[in-house]
Amino acid sequence: MAQVATRAPRSAAGQPKKSRIVLLLLLPGMIYLGLFFITPFASLITTSLQAPVLGGGIGQYQPGLEFGNYGFVVNEYMEQIVRSFVYATIATLLALAFSYPIAYFIGVRARKHPVLQGLMLTLVIAPFFISFLLRTFAWKELFGQDSWISNLLRDSAILAQDQYLLGTPIVVIFGLTYNFIPFMTLPLYTNLERLDTSLLEAGSDLYAKPTSTFWKVTFPLSLPGITSGTLLTFIPIAGDYVTASRSFLGSPNTAMLGNVIESNYLRIQDYPSASALSVMLMAAIVVLVSIYIRRTGTEDLL
Amino acid sequence: MSKFSLGKYLLPTYTILAFVFLMIPIAYTFIFSFNDPFKNTTGWQGFTFKNWTGVCNNIDVCLAFGNSLLIATIATIVSTILGTMLAIAVTRYEFKFRSATNLLLFLPLATPEVVMGAGLAAQFLNVGIPKGIGTVIVAHILFTLSFVVVTVKARIATLDPKLEEAGRDLYAPPVQVFAKITLPLLLPGIMAAALLAFALSFDDYIITAFNSGTEVTFPKYVFAAAVRGIPPEANVIGSAVFIFAIALVLVFQISGAMRSKALAKKN
Repeated sequence: MAQVATRAPRSAAGQPKKSRIVLLLLLPGMIYLGLFFITPFASLITTSLQAPVLGGGIGQYQPGLEFGNYGFVVNEYMEQIVRSFVYATIATLLALAFSYPIAYFIGVRARKHPVLQGLMLTLVIAPFFISFLLRTFAWKELFGQDSWISNLLRDSAILAQDQYLLGTPIVVIFGLTYNFIPFMTLPLYTNLERLDTSLLEAGSDLYAKPTSTFWKVTFPLSLPGITSGTLLTFIPIAGDYVTASRSFLGSPNTAMLGNVIESNYLRIQDYPSASALSVMLMAAIVVLVSIYIRRTGTEDLL
Repeated sequence: MSKFSLGKYLLPTYTILAFVFLMIPIAYTFIFSFNDPFKNTTGWQGFTFKNWTGVCNNIDVCLAFGNSLLIATIATIVSTILGTMLAIAVTRYEFKFRSATNLLLFLPLATPEVVMGAGLAAQFLNVGIPKGIGTVIVAHILFTLSFVVVTVKARIATLDPKLEEAGRDLYAPPVQVFAKITLPLLLPGIMAAALLAFALSFDDYIITAFNSGTEVTFPKYVFAAAVRGIPPEANVIGSAVFIFAIALVLVFQISGAMRSKALAKKN
């Protein structure tokens, strides 16, 4: 207590100097974010309202207030918008189901063996160390027309002779799930690592079945981990366009929002449509995140 | 009783199988880095070391790799410095707009890459800056910055503020407190953040595609090649990067474990 008392006046006296340090620490990063994060959003919004130049060529637009751009893209790309959110939801749930037992094993069961814990965590993030595109390409080859997986499925009559695996929603969702599993496992692990196991013992002491101990104790306590895991998985999946692209696991029938934004921006140079779609995707995610934040608090997420 | 022992082995068995599953594409890439590209690049053609010994016979993949290394190095240095400063400011100091600052630092993490890429591209287009290596570096600093902040913040949270207080109580000037106490204690967190930033930058395709113009990075090269089949040299680079990164992580872990063991002995 005495320490606090002697320290307080000194830090109050040092206040002007301290605020100068804070400013110095914050300013470079904040200027950077202002220039390259906030103003680009403004650019995105103004671009989404641009109108084509009369008699102009491809990719030539002028400032405008074409709110109709939004109606146009919603009509034109409703299918891909819905598909993005459906795929992202399914893949996120699959990643959760896949990751939870692993995270539980590493975080709770292996707690007494920190070296083993570290090794297993390295295995969880190992896919991150191989290029995203190379690992997606590996699945493309493994699911290819003449691959052993395709042949096996054909031999067991699950797949018809003239059916392909590549380009189907199942394979795209599979790829999306695989690619983002570590984003789910890590936050779950961080949460379960702090789980108080004496609560589980209390459950079994009171003759609760292991399943009811899980649903009544472990699962509710791990909700913050599930929240950040689902967010960290859902957001990149909703915007991903590599996995669902025709060069990798997808086909025109599996195109997602990201694919549409990419082709509008980089191929047909319809900047206003691409921007309108980006603004809508971002708005949807901000709504989603703020609902989540209201339930858990920002500090928990970071 | 039998149910109990089943539960005991179910979880470890599942975890091992899950790890095997996670390794499949890595194993594929590694195996096909030894594929003999005699006729074409799809399917197994025979074993050879040629791709490893002569990676740069495929000059395009080597140039792309070089570009990626250059971009990742510069982006990592800048974003690690800026991110560490931001992390220290928001965790160690009280100031107005702190929660707003936290929110601003969180937002890039919640922004899908395609939105960030398109936004920056629209900005460069509106201002009239031609796309190239420079614009890619600017973009990579931006999207790795928040990851650095989060990682360093996590490290600061585990530090005992009393150590810095002790320094101040002994009348060490702030610069000295920072250089002699704060920085050495933060170093493992800063290193981890830099590693993460480097890995993210090196592997990025989406943001790069929007802001690179005609410049080719390693992921861009792979994306373009994926239509026909990836040349084995690209698998060599992918595998080599993987081995290097895993080795680095293991060295970190082993040294960390040894340090905590030594500490436990002292106590």
